[in-house]
Amino acid sequence: MAMQRLLPTLPTSTMADHQEEQDAVLVEEVTKVFTKSRPWLPWQKGEDARTVRAVDQVSLRVKRREIIGILGSNGSGKSTLIRILSTLLIPDSGRVTIFGYDVVRDEAIVRRLINRVSVEASFFKKLSPMENLIYAARLYNLPGHLARERIVSILGRLGIGAARIKQPLEDMSRGMQQKVAIARAFLTAPVLLLLDEPTTGLDPRSKLDVQTFVRELREVHDATILLTTHDLAEAEALCDRVAIIDQGRIVALGSVDELKQEVMRQLGLNVPASMHQVFMHYTASHRITEEDILRYGSWEKAFEALEAMREEEE
Amino acid sequence: MMFNALVHRGRATYAFFERNWNLTRRYWAWEIVWLLYNIVNALSVTFIGAAAEQITGAKVKFDTNSLLLVLVIGTSVWSYLSVTFDGVTDIINMERWEGTIEYTFMAPISRFTHMVGSCLYAVAHGLLFTLIQLLVIAAFFHIDLSHANYLTALFLLLLGSISFIGFGIGAAILPLLYTEKGMQMSFIVKAVLLLVSGVYYPISVLPGWMQPLARISPATYVLEGLRAAIMQGRPLWSPEIWSCTWPLILTGLISVPASVYAFSLAERYAKRTGKLKRNG
Ligand SMILES: Nc1ncnc2c1ncn2[C@@H]1O[C@H](COP(=O)(O)OP(=O)(O)OP(=O)(O)O)[C@@H](O)[C@H]1O
Ligand SMILES: [Mg+2]
Repeated sequence: MAMQRLLPTLPTSTMADHQEEQDAVLVEEVTKVFTKSRPWLPWQKGEDARTVRAVDQVSLRVKRREIIGILGSNGSGKSTLIRILSTLLIPDSGRVTIFGYDVVRDEAIVRRLINRVSVEASFFKKLSPMENLIYAARLYNLPGHLARERIVSILGRLGIGAARIKQPLEDMSRGMQQKVAIARAFLTAPVLLLLDEPTTGLDPRSKLDVQTFVRELREVHDATILLTTHDLAEAEALCDRVAIIDQGRIVALGSVDELKQEVMRQLGLNVPASMHQVFMHYTASHRITEEDILRYGSWEKAFEALEAMREEEE
Repeated sequence: MMFNALVHRGRATYAFFERNWNLTRRYWAWEIVWLLYNIVNALSVTFIGAAAEQITGAKVKFDTNSLLLVLVIGTSVWSYLSVTFDGVTDIINMERWEGTIEYTFMAPISRFTHMVGSCLYAVAHGLLFTLIQLLVIAAFFHIDLSHANYLTALFLLLLGSISFIGFGIGAAILPLLYTEKGMQMSFIVKAVLLLVSGVYYPISVLPGWMQPLARISPATYVLEGLRAAIMQGRPLWSPEIWSCTWPLILTGLISVPASVYAFSLAERYAKRTGKLKRNG
């Protein structure tokens, strides 16, 4: 019975009393290593097996109704972490629970609680947005007539008019397709929403529309949101807390203000650092210490010098 | 709550059916090309039968009608088998192609529901496709169907479909595990079935080492049974039909659970090694 209390179709109040204290997401020492498959054919030998530590001993606790951002350079493991949370990848070690349910053992229950938007809008390209979204809605146990209403309303709010809804998706621009992908996730009103670069490729106004939606999902549906982004202003505007991940490890975690203060302290600045400085600081190939700053004169100069040294090494 | 779960299952099954129907409609040109291709193929094979007397120069009167029937049944069953089989392997193939696989695998439905929805469509699609082909072929040749027992024929076709689905799910594992090469591999499975199942000839002409393969292929029994039903009008309860029915029940009972189980293992493996992702 306990499982069924969590169904998203139930009024949220029934689960609130039981879940109040519980974490929405609990990631404990999770590691994921990818191995490049060994070549099959003799003439492909030579490319030796290679491993990538995509997620390395990551621990993270996300509270209910929190919006948490994950920042990091390309290939730092953000999408891999999100895939683990969405039951698409099984971690090598460690444990992830979502509202107390293990993503590997209880994957069937976890899937009812989550939805995910990925950076590439994945659809049946010949089908229309309506056909694609109705399909998705039915999989999430939403009846057709209700889904149709919601689809028109959500897409309308994202600026996709009724005329486009019946046209094949392949005729739409990349940004419009991305909006349909976002609508797909909002449609099912998930308790935990995983957004992997949801606004990449959207115009500034649409970005704001999506941000408003994300906030609304939290206010109205008590949703918890985990998002990755390369847009630092977006992270700043939207996130209660931000985690910075570098080479699969979380190197910083805190509210935007906390991170700015911390970097200000480490860099010896007079005013809080900008988000840009925070990002550069934590993802630099060599962590820039106070000593470096003294030696080179300023953080920027130290950064340039150390980056130049790294390039020479390579 | 039980009821709600059932409604959800029904809705999801319908979702796959509806989606595949929409895809068929949008790719209608491809559908027509494929139908034409199958019809032309079936025609050219059947003409071999019509020309048998001339090709062999046989002096005695040849039973052309039997040969035609053997070939027409062969081409029809083959069409049905390949359309259904492709429909089932499309559980993975098409989703890989479109890049939607992660979304379907993340949806809150059991893999079994997913398969039932896709397979129901595959069977319906296969039946319709084959019926159209059969009507066209029938217009070209004078075939004597006065002995046919259609009830037996339909029964065997549907019973055989269960095993085709089992084999199809088994073949769908290949594109799940091998991102690029898997699709070609599932074609090979189909080609081997064509070779060993006696689609155009009795399996007795196959070399001895191929005979066991013929005996585990469900298509062999569907073809044998259909020929007995349509050419000799055998009823359902006759020993000839029963000798095809029980192997089909057996292959169905074994192949469906076995391949669903193997599929679940493959899915776990894919999730462990990151093979669900489209690129790399
Ligand atoms: N399915 C996979 N198979 C093999 N390697 C993978 C797979 N997915 C990710 N990787 C590797 O893991 C590392 C982390 O990739 P990931 O996609 O998580 O990065 P990311 O932080 O999302 O980057 P980006 O900002 O570019 O989206 C990369 O080195 C990538 O090549
Ligand atoms: Mg990514």
